[in-house]
Formats: sequence, structure tokens, C-alpha cells
Amino acid sequence: MKATQQLEQQLKRRSKAAKLEIWGRVVSFSALLLIVAVVVAIIGFVASKGIATFTSNHVNLWDFLTGKQWNPNITDANGKPEVGALPMIVGSFLITILSALVATPFAIGTAVFMNEISPNKGAKILQPVTELLVGIPSVVYGFIGLSVVVPVTRAIFGGSGFGILSGTCVLFVMILPTVTSMSADALKSVPRYYREASLALGATQWQTIYKVVLRAATPGLMTAVVFGMARAFGEALAVQMVIGNAALMPNSLVSPSSTLTSVLTTGIGNTVMGSLQNNALWSLALVLLLMSLIFNLIIRLIGRKGRLQ
Amino acid sequence: MFVNNDVRKSEEMLERHVTQPSEAGHPIILSTEDLHVYYGKKEALFEGDLQFASNQITALIGPSGSGKSTFLRSLNRMNDRIATVTGRIMYRGVDINQPAVDVYEMRRRVGMVFQRPNPFAKSIYDNIAFALRLRGVTGKHELDEIVETSLKQAALWDQVKDDLNKSALALSGGQAQRLCIARAIAVKPDILLLDEPASALDPVSTGQLEDTLLELKENYTIIIVTHNMQQAARISEYTAFFNQGRVLEYDTTSQIFTNPQVQVTSDYVSGNFG
Repeated sequence: MKATQQLEQQLKRRSKAAKLEIWGRVVSFSALLLIVAVVVAIIGFVASKGIATFTSNHVNLWDFLTGKQWNPNITDANGKPEVGALPMIVGSFLITILSALVATPFAIGTAVFMNEISPNKGAKILQPVTELLVGIPSVVYGFIGLSVVVPVTRAIFGGSGFGILSGTCVLFVMILPTVTSMSADALKSVPRYYREASLALGATQWQTIYKVVLRAATPGLMTAVVFGMARAFGEALAVQMVIGNAALMPNSLVSPSSTLTSVLTTGIGNTVMGSLQNNALWSLALVLLLMSLIFNLIIRLIGRKGRLQ
Repeated sequence: MFVNNDVRKSEEMLERHVTQPSEAGHPIILSTEDLHVYYGKKEALFEGDLQFASNQITALIGPSGSGKSTFLRSLNRMNDRIATVTGRIMYRGVDINQPAVDVYEMRRRVGMVFQRPNPFAKSIYDNIAFALRLRGVTGKHELDEIVETSLKQAALWDQVKDDLNKSALALSGGQAQRLCIARAIAVKPDILLLDEPASALDPVSTGQLEDTLLELKENYTIIIVTHNMQQAARISEYTAFFNQGRVLEYDTTSQIFTNPQVQVTSDYVSGNFG
């Protein structure tokens, strides 16, 4: 009887390790709470500011999304401010899709070489190069774009050289490492026995890559491309340096235009908080934020679909 | 009794007993001469000089790391990019271990089934049609026919004939392994190499797989690596015993299991090994 009581006492005593356990749980949970609070605050802030254009300045949402004139300082004939964001939305999407289209074949080709054709050389040379490319600051990319890409575009296509095409060239190089390394990861996750099964059936290496490895890695490759697109969509500085920053509908790939981000970075410092000009920029930021959320959603959906297969 | 194991080992390594199959009606279809395999600088297979009789089952047994899988994988050059293989592999009189040999055509003739069932994430039909399509067989009628006969030969047809378009990943382990066999025989190989095909299967599936192999023997030469000595005794005509990268004994299965000539083989088949 006494022994039982003693044992119970021993078992119920909180040890130092148990206290440490609780402490650790509290610390990690509060870290999580802080991050969540920050994210919610950012979304709430941008949303409240961005909606103000439509609630307190009474701009029509449809006019905002489809209007082609962006000039918040001027009111048009009907007394309404000119805040049509369509040129920027088109510019952002165009530059994102084009750079992803150009980057994807290069990225997948590089990933295939690194993983399937020459794993040793790939690991030794391409891996550090890819990582280096990720580490270069975007202002450096923008500067190179400004002093190399823009003059070349000007010499070939005429005009000023600023525009979607130059932006695409710069963004292509910027998102290439991201898409490449993620594609390489996707290929790496294809099990070795898939390749062996294919080779043992007499398939050539190219047939194995094309018919088995790339097919099995498709969800991962799509995620890589969408990640690259998300990065291209959100890139501000480098694009702003080469796109020309004219809030006009792009009528060709070499005409000066703008993106959501480039208008934001050029305009945000020159407006007064609470004014229509300022609120309109916040609305652009809100559009950007929503698009990022949509990109994330797409990535999640692809990931889930990949797991189900 | 005190036995110095080190001395025993080195003496036993010199002892070898390798015979040549000579049964009438079963000519030698594949033989290896002076085969050595290196992983980097490490030698994994020292002696590989075996002859395989056609339309018979030959079992390769031996402890883990004895080189039997390495040997098997060399036979259809699956070690090409992984290891260095020297020596000759004579297939119907042609040395297939030469650079000039078209390894893809050779692998069609010498098929392989792996330890872990590895169907592609495609339908059952597409799994079997995969290698055929690569070889330009695209006629629907022709494909249908080959898919059916291959599945019948692998004893899987009755279970899946209504689900040919369902994913092969939904099959059980035993069914998946038989699908892999059907996939391998769809391209009409000469020789079928099996690397511990039943090690991931339950006893019932294993039994079914063995029955399938015994039937396949009519049309194919089968070389099988197995850890299961009862399995080797049940299905094979010839057995090779591997130890530490060497073939120590090669004879008819009944000889190996009832009257082994080498002490290490005797210890291994009677369970006194190690």
C-alpha cells in the first residue's frame, strides 16, 4: 500500500523535463501566433486601404478594373477620377506569362541535364551557378537590363527600347534559377525504380525521360512554373527600370508600359495618405495581393492533385 | 571445439564446384566468362563463370551482399551507368558486353523484373503497351491482343480483364508483380531475369507467382535471384551459390540441396551459416 502511494507520488511529480516541454510548446506556439498575426494584419491593412477607393472615393469597381486611363490627379468630363487599372493589369500578366513561357523550356532542360543526363557535372557546376543567380539582388538585374537589354532592344526593334520585351528578358533570367531548382527537385522525387522499370523494358534514356520521368514529375514541374510566375508577378524594381513606366495599354511588346508593381514603386512616395491618388495605389496593391493568393492556391491545388495520383 | 574462423574462411574460399548444365534438349543460351564488376574501385563480383540452360529455371542464392543481384543486373546491362563490368556475357554466341551492342534491343530480349513491384502510374493496359508503343506497335487490335496474351501468361487476366483502364497502382502487391512480369514478356523476350520477385509478397501471392514461373518456363529461360531457399528448391532446375562476390558452387538444384560439394554451401543450405 505504501509502495503504491510512493510510486504514485513519483509518477505525478512534474519533472524538469516535463516543465521544459511545456515551456518549449509555449515558445513555439507564440512564434506561430506572431507570424499569423502579422500576416492577418498586412492583409487587413491592404484590404481596408484598397477598398477605400471604392467606398470613400466612390470609384466603380468595374471602371477600375476595365478603365484604360490611369491619371488619378485628373477628373474626366463626368467629374470622375481617371483610375483605370487595366493597362497595369494587362502589363503584369503579359510580362509574367511571357517570361514563364520563355523560362520553362530552359529550366526543364537544365533540370533534366542536372538530374538525368549528367548528375555529377550538374551537381558540381550547375547547382552553385543556380544558387548564385538566386542570390543576385534585383537592382543588379535591373541595372544590367537598363544598360544592356534596353539598348539592344532599341537597336533591333527601334523605339525607346523600354517595354514588355525588355522586362521579359530581365524577368526570364531572374525566375530561371527558381524554376530550374524546383524542377530539379521535382525530377529528383521521381523514384529510381520508375527509371529502372523503363530501361529494363528496352526504352532508351530519352524515351525514359520523356515518357516516364517527365510524366511522373508533371505536378512538380507545374508547381515550379507557377512559383516562377508568382515571382515574376511580384518583382518590382528590376521591371520598373526597364519597362518605361508609362501607364498606357501596351500596343506592342516594345512600347513603354507599366505593371502593377512598377506603378506602385514609382507612385507611392509622391502621394498623400488618405487622398484618392494614394487610395488608388492601395487598390493596385490589393489586386497584387489577391493575385499572389490565387497563385498560392493554384500551387496547393496542383500539389494535392499530384499526391492523389 | 575451437575453430579459427579466419583460417577456415580462407581455405574454404579456394574450394569451388562449378558444373556445366548438359541436359539434352536444353542448350546453353547464356553464359558468362571471367565476369568482374566494380563499383568505383570496390570489386563486388570477382568470379562469374556460369552457363544457363534454355527453358529452365536457374536460381541464384547466397547471403546478402554476395554479388548475386550485381551478377543478375549485369546480364542485361542494367549496371551500365552504375558500375564497371569487364568480361564476356555470351548470349547465343554474341558477346553482349561490348559497346557496339545496341543495349536497348538487347534488353528487349533479356527482360527484367525487380524486387519491388514497380508499375508505372498509368493504367494496367498502358503499363503493358508502354514498351510496345516505344517499338512502334500502335495498332489497337494488335495491342489488345498482346495485352491479353501477356496478362494470361502472367495469370492476371481473369482478375483484371474488366479493369484494364484502371490505374495499375490500385493493384495488390502480388497482382502488381505479375503485371510487371506481363509487361516484361509483352515484348517477347528470350530470357527473363527476376531479382527477388517474391520478397515483397505474402505466401499466397508467392505461391501463385511460382506457379506462373513454372508455366513461363515453357517459353522463356528464367534466372531468378532469391533469398528463399525453399523457393529455389521448389522451382529451379539449377542453383548457383554465391558468397562474397564469388560463385562457389553451381550444380543441379537437387545436388546443391541434398549433396553439396562445398562446405560453405552445405552450411548455408542447412542454415548453419554465419
